[in-house]
Amino acid sequence: MPTITYFSPDGTTTTLDARVGDSVMEVAVKHGVDGIVAECGGACACATCHVYVDAPFSELVGGPGDLEDDMLDGAASDRMPTSRLSCQIKMRDEFDGLTVHIAPEQL
Amino acid sequence: MDDILIIGAGQAGMQIAVSLREHGFTGPLTLAGNEPATPYQRPPLSKAYLSGEVDVESLELRAQSFYDDRDITVRCADAVVSVSWAGDVGTAVTASGAQIPFAKLALTPGSEPRRISIAGSDLAGVLYLRDVADADALKARWAAANNVVVIGGGFIGLEVAAGARKAGKTVTVLEAADRLIARAVSPITSEFFRQAHVRRGVDVRLSVQVSAILGAHGSVTGVELADGDVVPADIVLVGIGVVARSSLAEQLGLQLAGGAIVVNEFAQTSDPRVVAAGDAVMMPHPLGRPGQVRLESVQNAVDQAKVAAATLLGVREPYRSVPWFWSDQADLKLQIAGLSTGFDQTVVRGNPDDEHFSVLYYADGRLIAIDTVNDAPDYMAVRRALAQGATIPPELASDPTVSLKTLLVPAPA
Repeated sequence: MPTITYFSPDGTTTTLDARVGDSVMEVAVKHGVDGIVAECGGACACATCHVYVDAPFSELVGGPGDLEDDMLDGAASDRMPTSRLSCQIKMRDEFDGLTVHIAPEQL
Repeated sequence: MDDILIIGAGQAGMQIAVSLREHGFTGPLTLAGNEPATPYQRPPLSKAYLSGEVDVESLELRAQSFYDDRDITVRCADAVVSVSWAGDVGTAVTASGAQIPFAKLALTPGSEPRRISIAGSDLAGVLYLRDVADADALKARWAAANNVVVIGGGFIGLEVAAGARKAGKTVTVLEAADRLIARAVSPITSEFFRQAHVRRGVDVRLSVQVSAILGAHGSVTGVELADGDVVPADIVLVGIGVVARSSLAEQLGLQLAGGAIVVNEFAQTSDPRVVAAGDAVMMPHPLGRPGQVRLESVQNAVDQAKVAAATLLGVREPYRSVPWFWSDQADLKLQIAGLSTGFDQTVVRGNPDDEHFSVLYYADGRLIAIDTVNDAPDYMAVRRALAQGATIPPELASDPTVSLKTLLVPAPA
């Protein structure tokens, strides 16, 4: 299983195993990682699972789709070039070791 | 004893349990549900789960280890059938005969699909969609079905219709009212969805009465309309609204309205020891407008649950969240913020024919809600405006070249 490491706004770091196909948001929420709210549960409808994808993964993971792009414009924290909604990043084997910083504000 | 029992292991019940622990409650905490699985997401059942894009494991809201780590007892597949108080101690009895004591109670029973009762409604293949078992029954017939008839042109029905069309099936939507999604959106948005589904090959019939469901060998074969027309069907999906589950509230003698559990702005029922949240609840309008509302949505389940958890711990935080909803139908994303009931003016931004537009709703000149189709920036701007108590002048809102978020002004008190 590929792993994901989350850096939460409260300073905690959590590393979790991810099922291939599950989203970076789902893995975090199921295990109670601090800072990811994910109100809509993954429908790209709320912009409350905003993360910054760390180098060197940002290029591999890629940028947002059109709808996600629009939703990120309305996110509560500053948008950066590496911003993604974590519900829209589906885990793949080659993302093993992925690290993300969770945006400080989600609501 | 300070045991808290939550009856109803859906989104709201799960959130009350999580919030109680986040707020530092350390007493015994039980979440009791009638379904086999721990709490899971329902919205994908009519979309990604039906199409096979996600499996049942990915629907789970929290891992078992999450509950274990927080000492939350989740009792599955054992419905609470009776509940009573003896002095300050309550007791719930489950279908298997287990007794669960409590000092405080949260009711999050949710709702169940309104059943259709006409000739043939008990035939195999007449289906509803609420839980995983319903979705699995639908999936079991899905591959072999050529003709899908949807009774009810609301969110659930239209989502399933869109999925069925995408899977290449012949799809008919039968709606008794003269427009689609009539309870949630304005005629402008209703008409847009009618045209959009017709463009995608769905046969949408409005103002029709279903007189019988026809079958052969115990299985559905068609739907007969009042005018005698028969629509062939291998699956009949009935989505004609939901009914609050209020039998336990009734046992406790709690105040009900229209079958729903009445709560105040603190999610308290007519018995201060009992809170309630989610689909089964009737509450004061969360943004302070007149009237009582029922909100059947993920947003309400989560936000009202947080208020209910605080109330259980003696912290009074009135429910003031902006309601929001979404519906994914084919490649159309409908997002709604606010409640449009009582509007007296609308402003349309963009052109519905482009499948990218929004409708803003006003009452007495003040913004109260928005429907957007494939327009997340407008949705987000209005959600924010309503949360801040701001408005957007209607005369400025109609220009789609100007971003709505630049137009927010404080609303008059």
